[in-house]
Amino acid sequence: MADVFIEPRVHGSREEGEAEWMDLNMGPQHPSTHGVLRVKLRLDGEVVRDAEPDIGYLHTGFEKSFEDKTYAQGITFSDRMDYLGPPINNVGFVSSVEKLLELEVPPRAQAIRVMMMELARLGSHELWLGTAGLDLGVYSGFFYAWRDRELILDLNEAYSGVRMMTSFTRVGGVAWDLPDGWLDQLQKFIDVMPARIDDFESMLTHNPIWLERLRGVGPFTAEQAIEAGVTGPMLRASGVDYDVRKAFPYSGYEQYDFDVPLGSNGDCYDRYRVRVQEMRESLKILQQAKDNLPDGPWLTNNRKVALPPRTELSKSMESVIHHFRLVSEGFKGPVGDVYSFVESPRGELGFYLVSDGANKPYRMKVRPPSFCNLQPLRELVRGVLVADVIAIMGSMDFILGDVDR
Amino acid sequence: MTESTANELVRKIQDAFPGAIQESSNFRGDLSVVVDPDSVLEVARHLKDVEGYNYFLYATAVDWPAREPRFTVVWEVRTLPPRSRLRLKTTASMPEPRVPSLTSVWQAANWHERETYDLFGITFEGHPDLRRILMPASWEGHPLRKDYVSFGEPVIFSDQKLENLEPDAIRG
Amino acid sequence: MGELSLRPVPTPTGRAAGPTPLNALGDNILTTQLDKVINWGRSSAIWPALFGLACCAIEMMGTVGPRHDLSRFGSELFRASPRQADLMIVSGRVSIKMAPVLRQIYDQMPEPKWVIAMGACASSAGMFNNYAIVQSVDKIVPVDIYVPGCPPRPEALIDAVVKLQRRIRGEPLVKRSA
Repeated sequence: MADVFIEPRVHGSREEGEAEWMDLNMGPQHPSTHGVLRVKLRLDGEVVRDAEPDIGYLHTGFEKSFEDKTYAQGITFSDRMDYLGPPINNVGFVSSVEKLLELEVPPRAQAIRVMMMELARLGSHELWLGTAGLDLGVYSGFFYAWRDRELILDLNEAYSGVRMMTSFTRVGGVAWDLPDGWLDQLQKFIDVMPARIDDFESMLTHNPIWLERLRGVGPFTAEQAIEAGVTGPMLRASGVDYDVRKAFPYSGYEQYDFDVPLGSNGDCYDRYRVRVQEMRESLKILQQAKDNLPDGPWLTNNRKVALPPRTELSKSMESVIHHFRLVSEGFKGPVGDVYSFVESPRGELGFYLVSDGANKPYRMKVRPPSFCNLQPLRELVRGVLVADVIAIMGSMDFILGDVDR
Repeated sequence: MTESTANELVRKIQDAFPGAIQESSNFRGDLSVVVDPDSVLEVARHLKDVEGYNYFLYATAVDWPAREPRFTVVWEVRTLPPRSRLRLKTTASMPEPRVPSLTSVWQAANWHERETYDLFGITFEGHPDLRRILMPASWEGHPLRKDYVSFGEPVIFSDQKLENLEPDAIRG
Repeated sequence: MGELSLRPVPTPTGRAAGPTPLNALGDNILTTQLDKVINWGRSSAIWPALFGLACCAIEMMGTVGPRHDLSRFGSELFRASPRQADLMIVSGRVSIKMAPVLRQIYDQMPEPKWVIAMGACASSAGMFNNYAIVQSVDKIVPVDIYVPGCPPRPEALIDAVVKLQRRIRGEPLVKRSA
């Protein structure tokens, strides 16, 4: 903990004449840093002259762990990276493996993946509303958010057995079919949610305190955003139309009709509006996915890659052999490297997979949206008040599990 | 990227920088070019200014201990509005792996290169602030190298005898 | 790990810390009854320190949420300042960079204090048997209750807090029906 202070010659901030700086350490244990982030602030009174985020307090060695596990084992690991939207991590991980193997995913599996991903997106944005609001004083919003998020977690639990870390995908499809009654539960959820989002909007959108705290804070132009490499709602709030689901559709997203909300000047208020609108669009996608859910298998028939159904094991010797090979050793991929990406609630979550022909990834690099979104924090908070730093960090919506991996 | 656009792009780079591209591949629709370390900075500038690859995705490295050169450093960029993606690779060899830093071309590469330095030990020349980012500042070693043993704790099962194990293995 | 410095001898607490006006009188009917009242007071209002690290922190937030309401068990508020908290719920994986911070926050909490290791990562590093994660938080702080799960359900965390309350009151952890 020796390097608490910002060193001018290292970090490039200047000392102006007689001005007195105060170096303040924000985090890693802090209610508003949304995880274990440390921000070294150089303050002139209440105004921030310089800030430097210090990450690594949650570094878990995911990428090293991936090199040690087969592709099927890696799915469970991938949940824990962006822990607010585990289904999206799952889909990202297996989609990179499927791209490497050039494997077709059956339409029903794609639709189930879409439904789970949109539920995760809703859950993540709800929690974001709750906690970002909590930082700014909206104590009741936290409880509203959790009331809705519990419904989503119930759906997760009904499908996969786990509230959060679903691990529901397998290479080539999803692990299980939807249980009976799940679609009815989903329909009830879709019917209830618009009113609940309206609750939030009525509480916040035209609230003078909310506007005062967020409007004009942390503006980020489109050029700055592109230069900084940010993705997701941060980029769209600056007016850049880039959503992976529209630009490079995956898992059947091209068949669904939804809009991509854009902001205009990239301040915190625009980011809030973009996320709330995204929640409504997610409901639209959910309704369409549910209505057009195709029948058919939920896992590919390619027995070299996906486990055969258990009923077949008593009938076919070949299935038993495939099962044994897959469970003991896993399948081997071709030599090569691919990059596959999905749209997480924070931005573009990418998996760069390098394979050398073994049954495990040789190198699995995760392109985390939160890491890239956190980089411009330094530029964004120069010259703002400390309270605005909280608002800006809240509006960036980063998850430390994603930043540090 | 389709074959034809990929080939065209590679040809354009080869015309602008003859001899710079060591190899190129279009595996599963992802175009990668391997450029030799001396010209990677100019090729990157050309890609950004002329070809329009203005959006930086990530930078990382891959460690092939059995090969020489050992490390392959990868940067991936994209055009925005999104039309195509390109993976720019170069190589670095032991004992002191160094490559030029591309932060002067794409500012967003800053933290990614710091992370690659932290986890692999590859020095990026020209990087404004090359320090460890994920590991503690006083950490020794570069964890993502293949010869770095990721120590944890040996798992002890209930039927194993505890007498012959080292004290650290017995979590007491 | 050069920055981590542990005290070689644990700080004596309670009676071992020396005589106070309360226990200077020794163990008699008055002080044991007073002890019971004090323990009842301590157990009924345990205020956790905010120490959410990773995914378990989300479930900890769920425990405070409207459906599983932890504040009905006394944990009305999560205090951000460790000086005002009695309980540290270590929720999430502790990386080596975070370990000295964890210890410092624990040291800043005033006595009496308790620690719940929530989740598999805090109890035993969970699935992360590698260079980056401290293999169980009890290498750094003394733990009172371990909660298994990845992440544990909010009900499991509530169970842990209730068991801790029983321990503080001096009752056995599992209620045996007469």
